[in-house]
Amino acid sequence: MTAIRATNLSKRYGGTLAVADLSFDVEPGHVTGFLGPNGAGKSTTMRMILGLDQPSGGSVAVDGKPYREWRRPLRKVGALLDAKAVHGGRSARNHLLAIAQSNAIPAGRVAEVLEVVGLSEVAGRRIGGFSLGMSQRLGIAAALLGDPEILLFDEPVNGLDPDGILWIRTLMRKLAAEGRAVFVSSHLMSEMAQTADRLVVIGKGRLIAETSVSEFIGRSSQGYVRVRSPRLAEVAELVKVGELHADHLRVTAMSTLEIGALTARSGIPLEELTFVRPSLEAAYMELTKDSLEFTS
Amino acid sequence: MTHILRSEWTKIRSVRSTVWTLAATAVLMLGLSALLSASVKSQADGPIPGGEAIATSLMGSMFASLSMAALGVLVISSEYRTGSIRTSLMAVPTRMRLLIGKIVVFTIVSLVVCAVAAAGSIGVGLAISQPPSVDLGQLVWSTMGCSAYLTACGLFGLGLGTLIRHTPGALVSAIALMLVLPPLTYQLPGEWGKAVNAYFTTNAGQLIVTGRANDFLGPVSGFGVYLAWVAVAMVAGAVLLQRRDA
Repeated sequence: MTAIRATNLSKRYGGTLAVADLSFDVEPGHVTGFLGPNGAGKSTTMRMILGLDQPSGGSVAVDGKPYREWRRPLRKVGALLDAKAVHGGRSARNHLLAIAQSNAIPAGRVAEVLEVVGLSEVAGRRIGGFSLGMSQRLGIAAALLGDPEILLFDEPVNGLDPDGILWIRTLMRKLAAEGRAVFVSSHLMSEMAQTADRLVVIGKGRLIAETSVSEFIGRSSQGYVRVRSPRLAEVAELVKVGELHADHLRVTAMSTLEIGALTARSGIPLEELTFVRPSLEAAYMELTKDSLEFTS
Repeated sequence: MTHILRSEWTKIRSVRSTVWTLAATAVLMLGLSALLSASVKSQADGPIPGGEAIATSLMGSMFASLSMAALGVLVISSEYRTGSIRTSLMAVPTRMRLLIGKIVVFTIVSLVVCAVAAAGSIGVGLAISQPPSVDLGQLVWSTMGCSAYLTACGLFGLGLGTLIRHTPGALVSAIALMLVLPPLTYQLPGEWGKAVNAYFTTNAGQLIVTGRANDFLGPVSGFGVYLAWVAVAMVAGAVLLQRRDA
């Protein structure tokens, strides 16, 4: 089973193409990060997956058929789009109960999911008074109601405190470990590095990469060796292939061993000799630099 | 479908706006019945005929129509305002089923509450105006007619809410179509103007409450015409709901 399959998906708003010819798969058992700068089309894509927005072209299937064709979709797919998009006058319990009833989910599930997200104590309170963190938990409770095989989260850690972030990360990994497909969007690469094992990267509505996290780093940018020395100019002359910066030398063509041997032979003291691993952040910046909607 | 109805019932009963609008409806109906019946009684020379006493008791429906329309609007526009319409459509992606669920639940709630409010208003009114005799058939007919009329007003609001998706916009449209424009159509000239006036929204719809006829329509046919207005708003809303992105 392919949990989510987008095929040449496009969405046009007036003259702008928000999503263009986007194809990707989301597989069960993984946390798939959906990454792109703000305005890249992530939320639009998620809304199309969930049948809220009609694609202008192409299609997207959830476990083989369009979302709108599932009779009780919440038993197949759970999603958190906007945690604050709830009627503030309702209690958490009634909010979840209405959702559960619509999909013939037993009312007992409401108490269960409230327990899972740690909101049992405030189940009877009006959700208008909830903090963003509590709303986020409530949104996740709603997503979990139907015990779905597929979960979508749109920027779930936005505005959360560190405890909340850690909790969501752990939950997503646990859900994936149970064999569910977890598709989570973010504009923060560092966030994805912590959670996801696969990536769908988009920019300006187009696919930039669909790959595993480790492949993504390897493919897009190389590591380098950073050398610091009180006699940096001499080191630069010796190494020849380095790129001289104000306080350090950056070398890509030689290993730390080679550089160390070279400078030792000339008796030049070193302050630092480090292999700098390519970061996911750097890889992401490099790949998306052409596709930022707004550049500062 | 029963699952969707259950869900919509949970939604409608769990927000304060439902309680407020229904309470406003009851207060308007009962309060105006008491007020107007007392006024009629004090000005009358002799005993008040039963039919007139009942009609006076239900005069509050003119304003209660707005509180019911407000509830109808809010049933859907509050979901657009908060964004929870997306949650609803994720749960029920067949949009017509969602809309039908809302229509059915609203209709049942409204028919019951408005019938009780109408019966109460008649009771209060008759207690004050003390007519010598009352036709039981007319009493039942007026209660049901009033309840049906107010429910249609609410469905008008629900249709406009679905169409406009914006609470203030839908409320203003409802007030204009139900309360402001109907009397203005009296100013229209000629035979054609008279027909427009007779067929215009609540001018036609109210006939079932008063039990009277105008130059063109009787109580039942007038209500039928009103339902057609409601249906136009509802169908337009449904078509857009089906086609628009949420």
